[in-house]
Amino acid sequence: MSRAELAGQDGRFAAGADGTNPGGAGAAAGGRPSARRVWPLFRSEVLMTFRRWRTLALLGVLAAVPVLVGIAVRIETGGADDGGGGGGGPAFISQITNNGLFLVFTSLAVTLPFFLPMTVGVVAGDSVAGEAGAGTLRYLLVAPAGRTRLLLVKFAGTMVFCLAATLVVAVFALGTGVLLFPVGEVTLLSGTTVPFSDGLLRALAIAVAVALSLTGLAALGLFVSTLTNSGIAAMATTVGLLLTVQIVDTVPQLHAVHPYLFTHYWLSFADLLRAPVYWEELLRNAGVQALYAAVFGSAAWARFTTRDITA
Amino acid sequence: MAQIQPRTPGGKAVRYGIPVAVVGIAAATVGLVPALASSGNPDLPEISAQKLVEKMAASDTEHMSGTVKVSADLGLPGMPGMDAGSGKQGGGLFGGGPHGDGPGGDGKGGGKGSTAQPQEKLMELASGEHTLRVATDGPDRQRVSVVEEAAEYSWIHNGNEAWAYDSGSDSALHVVAPEDAVSKDGGHGGKLHKGLGNATPQEAAREVLKATEDTASVSVDGTAQVAGRDAYQLVVKPKGAPHSTVDSVRIAVDAENGTPLKFTLSPKGGGKPVVEAVYTKVDFGKPSAGTFDFKPPKGTDVTEQKLDGKALREHHGKSGHHGTSEKGGKPGKDVRPELSGLNTIGKGWGAVAELKAPDGALGGLPGMGGGEPEGGSKSSQAEEMLDSFTEKAEGDFGQGRVFKTRLVNALMTEDGTVYVGAVSKEGLIKAAEAAGR
Repeated sequence: MSRAELAGQDGRFAAGADGTNPGGAGAAAGGRPSARRVWPLFRSEVLMTFRRWRTLALLGVLAAVPVLVGIAVRIETGGADDGGGGGGGPAFISQITNNGLFLVFTSLAVTLPFFLPMTVGVVAGDSVAGEAGAGTLRYLLVAPAGRTRLLLVKFAGTMVFCLAATLVVAVFALGTGVLLFPVGEVTLLSGTTVPFSDGLLRALAIAVAVALSLTGLAALGLFVSTLTNSGIAAMATTVGLLLTVQIVDTVPQLHAVHPYLFTHYWLSFADLLRAPVYWEELLRNAGVQALYAAVFGSAAWARFTTRDITA
Repeated sequence: MAQIQPRTPGGKAVRYGIPVAVVGIAAATVGLVPALASSGNPDLPEISAQKLVEKMAASDTEHMSGTVKVSADLGLPGMPGMDAGSGKQGGGLFGGGPHGDGPGGDGKGGGKGSTAQPQEKLMELASGEHTLRVATDGPDRQRVSVVEEAAEYSWIHNGNEAWAYDSGSDSALHVVAPEDAVSKDGGHGGKLHKGLGNATPQEAAREVLKATEDTASVSVDGTAQVAGRDAYQLVVKPKGAPHSTVDSVRIAVDAENGTPLKFTLSPKGGGKPVVEAVYTKVDFGKPSAGTFDFKPPKGTDVTEQKLDGKALREHHGKSGHHGTSEKGGKPGKDVRPELSGLNTIGKGWGAVAELKAPDGALGGLPGMGGGEPEGGSKSSQAEEMLDSFTEKAEGDFGQGRVFKTRLVNALMTEDGTVYVGAVSKEGLIKAAEAAGR
């Protein structure tokens, strides 16, 4: 069966998705991508992602982490006791009992090394390979969107998931923190005290910074996803790469490559809690993420636009 | 199986070329940009070394803030239980820190309770790389923060009180100097801020100049750009001290206002500098007033410390800006009583401190020869371990052991005397022989 036949056969599919160019075949190759054409595709992609039970389960796990941490800290300190627990445990955990807002920072610090990127790896890895595995990729391709735009939409959808996942952690942490612990003025890492509203703003900025930190992994996952037709294989590879990179980042003998690992500056989000904000590592993190996005994004594009879709 | 082929079958290699090109450009940028950035040596009018030193001494930068990168590579062996030893070197280098001269290790004793003790932070600074953020507003208000991963240690001095806040352990130390003490010599305020200020290029430069007045050759060696500012390079080389382990000290001095911006201490052995403190960002504007305010958050562990009479002296000793015996050659006046035997042999760069360690302090070092209570338990294994990080030395004093780092060496003789100095092994042996006579 040739491409033209397929296109003709699924013309109504294309028309349903877009309504403008039911012929499909030449659309993407020629015309400039316009927002009007990409938007419905993007919307359906995001809706698809968030309607899946798997996605909801992942978000549920992420939401449970801050609640569990909050309850554990609450039980452990027994309410009014002083919380001078020493320096152990994840970042910021000693401040939670004094200010519930710190649960947001603790939760992000706890989920960032593994939970958050794992969910992103699942979603990114599945984005193209899952469609191929389910046999729906060919229908998407004959739609007039074109491969480049489809890839962009997939990447944008993954980024939306990154932000949503981070916000789920942050919002549940904030809710738990407010319920279980006192809130009020926030003492920053540098010892400067700022009003609670300022603290909330910084928490939001941190959530965005964390979501941006996942860009590199999202691009990497997308690239892996274009290599195979098996969603599971793509997810496993992405998460496996994540673990490998995390391990390499802890080996001191390999310190020469550490600055180029996409996980290396992840904890730099804490620099937003200094006064004045220490931008150096945040900017480096942004640079590393942009580099990974450029390299693996373009690699994914090169692969996806030149490969034969067999499923 | 049917295939959907790409619409543009050609140009596959071209497309894959894009990610490769991106990687190449990134690698080139990483490799070239620092090289290009550091190559520009500014053109500045000639200046004599004498003038430059005067300029530096006269500089009284009232307000400034900036970021300092401190890296120290002392070449300490990574031995567990040698913390006391590293404290010793740290103290010497920064002219501060715990004077862990007694092998018994004083650093730990002082640090129990609150973890916000400044001397422990100084010890940490003595190895590896650290980022400091500093702000100064006149003599009464300073702030030094050690940037850590997801935590920060701040030393904030404002008027007659000082706070140390460790966000990692959520603990704070509050030091108050009595009012009259401040007015006396304008001074305890100054002392209060020394806790961590010693790690900045300014203080390091001051210590070196003070210590070396006429025992070093000082020259101007070109110009450099530091933190985006034009600077002269001052080179200080030890003179008349053949055994010194110090090759040279380089100080980059701001061409405009004479503030030291970079401090580099290179060892004779070559290689990486032993200590380097450099401003990566500097701003001579007035820091905002809120910078020096501190209010401990609710629930923070606060340790109160009063600075009067005895307590003051204690703090004085702890934050350690008494004469640095290794470098300055000044006999430490306020050395703790149990180390009554400290005196200094030689002066200037070749100075060696001699200390009679209290009995039993060397118990942990088997194979030190006779006269030791635990001498009977010395096994060949312990001997081997000792050999791995010390060298045997012989002289008029009998047998001894030399513990080497890249800068400071220590010789322990069998009668329990320890000679410490920034001099080579030969220098130590000579000093020990001279002392024996």
